[in-house]
Amino acid sequence: MNIQIRKFYYGDIPEEKSSASTYKTEHDTTAWPLWEIFIRSKQGLDHKHVGSLHAADAQMAIENARDVYTRRQEGVSIWVVESKYITASNPEEAGELYEPAVDKIYRHPTFYNLPDEVNHM
Amino acid sequence: MENKLIDHILHLADTTLILAQRNAEWCGHGPILEQDIAITNISLDLLGQSRNFYQYAAILIGGDTDEDKLAYLRKEREFKNLLLVEQPNGDWGQTILRQYFFSQYQYLLFEKLQNSKDEQLAAISAKALKEIKYHLRWSSEWVVRLGDGTGESRSRMLKAIDELWRYTGEMFVPAAYETAVDIISLKNEWEQKVKTIFEESSLPLPENVFMQTGGKQGVHTEHLGYILAELQYVQRAYPNSTW
Repeated sequence: MNIQIRKFYYGDIPEEKSSASTYKTEHDTTAWPLWEIFIRSKQGLDHKHVGSLHAADAQMAIENARDVYTRRQEGVSIWVVESKYITASNPEEAGELYEPAVDKIYRHPTFYNLPDEVNHM
Repeated sequence: MENKLIDHILHLADTTLILAQRNAEWCGHGPILEQDIAITNISLDLLGQSRNFYQYAAILIGGDTDEDKLAYLRKEREFKNLLLVEQPNGDWGQTILRQYFFSQYQYLLFEKLQNSKDEQLAAISAKALKEIKYHLRWSSEWVVRLGDGTGESRSRMLKAIDELWRYTGEMFVPAAYETAVDIISLKNEWEQKVKTIFEESSLPLPENVFMQTGGKQGVHTEHLGYILAELQYVQRAYPNSTW
């Protein structure tokens, strides 16, 4: 299978008339799949997305993540998920997805008067 | 007694230094970025272990000896590393198998050494054991992956076994200075562990192979000289230079 890849660099404008270089690549069926890596640091409670890497299976993905992303003590727990299982929202639908929330400030809990005794809100 | 301990520490230091150097040769050449980082991380772990041993040996030797002098200014015949670790990287399979053979041995050995009567030796070994556990896990998974992988990967593993097996016997032949732990007693368990991994990998366990020895006494294969030439070059060419 031939895939056209258009390569953009930082600052490039993704339009057809741009001068970004294009090249063809053979889809390599033997290449290892891509995995998204989530790391929980000592400080944080949540796993945070830190990047992606290639690995043959989930176990190898965890070990690769350990070597690539936690070598400077960045984390105490690792999650991996194969990238193909992530469904992302489409940037072109940003208008209908997010803009309706812009003028609905009453959804922010900022209109309440909190008693002085309540902390950490 | 003191000399035996020094020689034993140097043997442990040299073995980890030379394997660190060999694995570091992969830096920038790994089969894939993630594994390039993995093998060089292991290299750095081993280098850290060898530094601990050299520093301790330097204290025992005394005078103006330090870790750098021990690593950079001793000659081939003074190095006491295992023959296994000086063998060339070959392909990825050969590097993996060398690491697995060594990590499996090092794990069993350091489990014993961490209970050594010598407190410093025990402390260094206990600290290293966590790293070794990971090296063992990483390398044994790779042995299974390649041995039980494609026809190509399997044939490369068979070739690697053929290259390296003859250097595994030396690990269990105690040198005169290896009194801190009963090396011979590790042999059976090492063979059992290797057998299990090889069965999982559908790789055959070699039988009746003549085992090479000599590394522990400073009699090496032709490869060590080249390793030291590269490792010690700067300190030999520009004595006492620092950076």
